[in-house]
Amino acid sequence: MASIKVDLVSPERMLASVDADMAQLPGMMGEFTALPGHAPFLSTLRPGIVAIHAGGKADEYFVTGGFAEVSQEAVSVLAEQAVPKGELTRAFLDERLSEAEAALAAAPEAGKAAAALLVNDYRTALQAHGA
Amino acid sequence: MPSLKDLKNRINSVKNTRKITKAMQMVAAAKLRRAQEAAEAARPYAERMEGAVANLAAAAKGSPTAPTLFTGTGRDDTHLLLVCTSERGLCGGFNSAIVRLARRKIAELQAAGKTVKIITVGKKGRDQLRRDYGALLVSHVDMTDVKRVGYGDARKVADDVLGRFAAGEFDVCWLFYSVFKSVIAQEPVGPQIIPVTAPEQSASEGPGYEYEPDEDAILADLLPRSVAVRIFTALLENAASEQGARMSAMDNATRNAGDMIDRLNMQYNRSRQAAITTELIEIIAGAEAL
Repeated sequence: MASIKVDLVSPERMLASVDADMAQLPGMMGEFTALPGHAPFLSTLRPGIVAIHAGGKADEYFVTGGFAEVSQEAVSVLAEQAVPKGELTRAFLDERLSEAEAALAAAPEAGKAAAALLVNDYRTALQAHGA
Repeated sequence: MPSLKDLKNRINSVKNTRKITKAMQMVAAAKLRRAQEAAEAARPYAERMEGAVANLAAAAKGSPTAPTLFTGTGRDDTHLLLVCTSERGLCGGFNSAIVRLARRKIAELQAAGKTVKIITVGKKGRDQLRRDYGALLVSHVDMTDVKRVGYGDARKVADDVLGRFAAGEFDVCWLFYSVFKSVIAQEPVGPQIIPVTAPEQSASEGPGYEYEPDEDAILADLLPRSVAVRIFTALLENAASEQGARMSAMDNATRNAGDMIDRLNMQYNRSRQAAITTELIEIIAGAEAL
């Protein structure tokens, strides 16, 4: 079976570089899944879970944003900040949420929608984390 | 002619200095390894970022709606120099080399009739530039409390710079820092970071990408990030260079102290023997007189 090379990097380190079966990514315009042979595609990411499926199990990471570059045989995820899901803490999310809320309060009228979306994403992530 | 006691004191003091410089060298060596690892770890991200920006830049070229961060303000009057140096001294010519390069650029820009503004990162650079260009300094970023440079630190600097760019405070930005080549060689460089210059892409680029959202939106999101990454890379390179420079400077200092101790010891022994000889002559002369 064809595989797709998935690299997950944050500015400070490389978190994963694996030959995977597929990768699920939180794209700006909605979640998407990259399988081997995906059309070349570039998308910004919103806060959410990146899941890398390899050998029947999934490695999950929480990213705070960034962008993903998908080509036929590789996916590069450049995350602003990335944390393995197991190491994700409530405090981390709370902090991000309050940052996002402050940004929303300060955002100019034109940027309100995007900022509100960000707050919403963190709220969702917090709920998912609590569950 | 210093007395024997004076010489002994000198020797002891130089020995203590040698111990200190030796310790500093070893500390620098340990820190260097860590700084190098950090620089190494950040490389994949920076490389991919550059690749993505190059791809996008090629796609957005000529687009009338491309962000100004990419196309520039259309003017070339005010230049901002972001000079990154270290917080601490005792690292040889490290800071001076960066500042010298920055000075040359300032002189060149001023000769061309441009307005120059300077932001310094790190105390040492500010101290050196303040003497001649005090009026040009617009801001300073203090890194004294930062033990290990994180992306957050770079992000803060980038946000400040980008905010100023958005407010129209400058048209072109240059970044000065030192590239780590090896322990004995650090090369100061001063590339332009705003407007973002994309490396020329070979025409063999594969099928066109699909973008989500559109090219301009992604560029607008990506470019500030790429500036932050450039600054982050610069800070990491600087940290490694600083430790490398300190290590070789302290190695030299340790060796010099060793040479000095040898010389002083020689002088000490000579004086001691001279004193003994004089004493003997006095005794013999006294005995013969009887």
